[in-house]
Amino acid sequence: MSGAADREAVFPTRQSLGLMKAKLKGAETGHSLLKRKSEALTKYITRRIDEAKRKMGRVMQIASLSLAEVTYAVGGNIGFQIQESARAARFRIRTKQENVSGVLLPTFESYLTEGNNDFAMTGLGKGGQQVQRCRETYARAVEALVELASLQTAFVILDEVIKVVNRRDSEHVIIPRTENTIKYINSELDELDREEFYRLKKVAGKKLRDNAALDAEMKLKREEKAARELAEGQPDVQEDASGPSDILAAEEDEDVIF
Amino acid sequence: MASQADYKDRQFLAVIGDEDSVTGLLLAGIGHVTAPPDSQKNFLVVDAKTDNATIEAVFEQFTTERKDIGIVLINQHIADRIRHRVDTYTAAFPALLEIPSKDHPYDPEKDSVLRRVRRLFGE
Repeated sequence: MSGAADREAVFPTRQSLGLMKAKLKGAETGHSLLKRKSEALTKYITRRIDEAKRKMGRVMQIASLSLAEVTYAVGGNIGFQIQESARAARFRIRTKQENVSGVLLPTFESYLTEGNNDFAMTGLGKGGQQVQRCRETYARAVEALVELASLQTAFVILDEVIKVVNRRDSEHVIIPRTENTIKYINSELDELDREEFYRLKKVAGKKLRDNAALDAEMKLKREEKAARELAEGQPDVQEDASGPSDILAAEEDEDVIF
Repeated sequence: MASQADYKDRQFLAVIGDEDSVTGLLLAGIGHVTAPPDSQKNFLVVDAKTDNATIEAVFEQFTTERKDIGIVLINQHIADRIRHRVDTYTAAFPALLEIPSKDHPYDPEKDSVLRRVRRLFGE
């Protein structure tokens, strides 16, 4: 019996077998839906990540080229000066939530704060135009990076959600459990069937035996009777003749006078 | 899943990179230094002299200690130096992004996230 396996506590009846079958079907349908949904989502996200990563490569290349231009125009490395004059971020991000078919995915959104410019002095002597252009290029690059980061975060969270769902759901718990229950119910019902069959067989056998005994008894009686008749001669025949009186053969009826 | 409070205050980007990358990104305006007593920068310039322990410490600071950073950018060749840390980092916030640098072209094979993507599809 499959009683040792993990199964639900049900009575092995036809009704609960039907219930379990419906449940298994539901779980399988749900699971395949979930799988399709997660596959579609990840495919969508990974395609976009792939695109964004490629775009990032191009954008960063252009940006570093414009930085090289700045270095050339300013006539020296401005790195140190810039690192020292950085005070407050002008370029910031905020996070929002986006609902993608029931899963809350955060997205980053970049924005520029107004009014603070840490690098007002950079390129004041010469190369100011290049510095300005470089800043714009890098700002665009960072925007692309922020977009990529949103996608990546979405992917990471989605990955987690899918893992949790897979762990909790059907595939590993509900479906095998239900299958075990169905197996258990089936085996119990088969057992009952076998018992019933055996019982019927027994009943039939007993009936047959009883009938045979009855037949034998009747046959014995008949034979006894026949033997007795043979021994006593013809009394039975006379008895037979004097039995029912022949109405037509009887003496005439008296006339009925009114 | 990350709760609302976990990421609503994250408004800065952080960068660990070589001098050119950091300079460019600072020019874009992502640089931020917190108020004086413990003025913390959100960027780290890594050169040949910087040892891995420093990079790891700063990486740790950006990813787990500071709660105001939403995205950490790291040059891929620097990520390679602390690859084990980058690969074991799986949290959603802050997002960790490997970026190419001027001298080191971007290699998608090494990217921890792209590797995860591929693993998900069983390749």
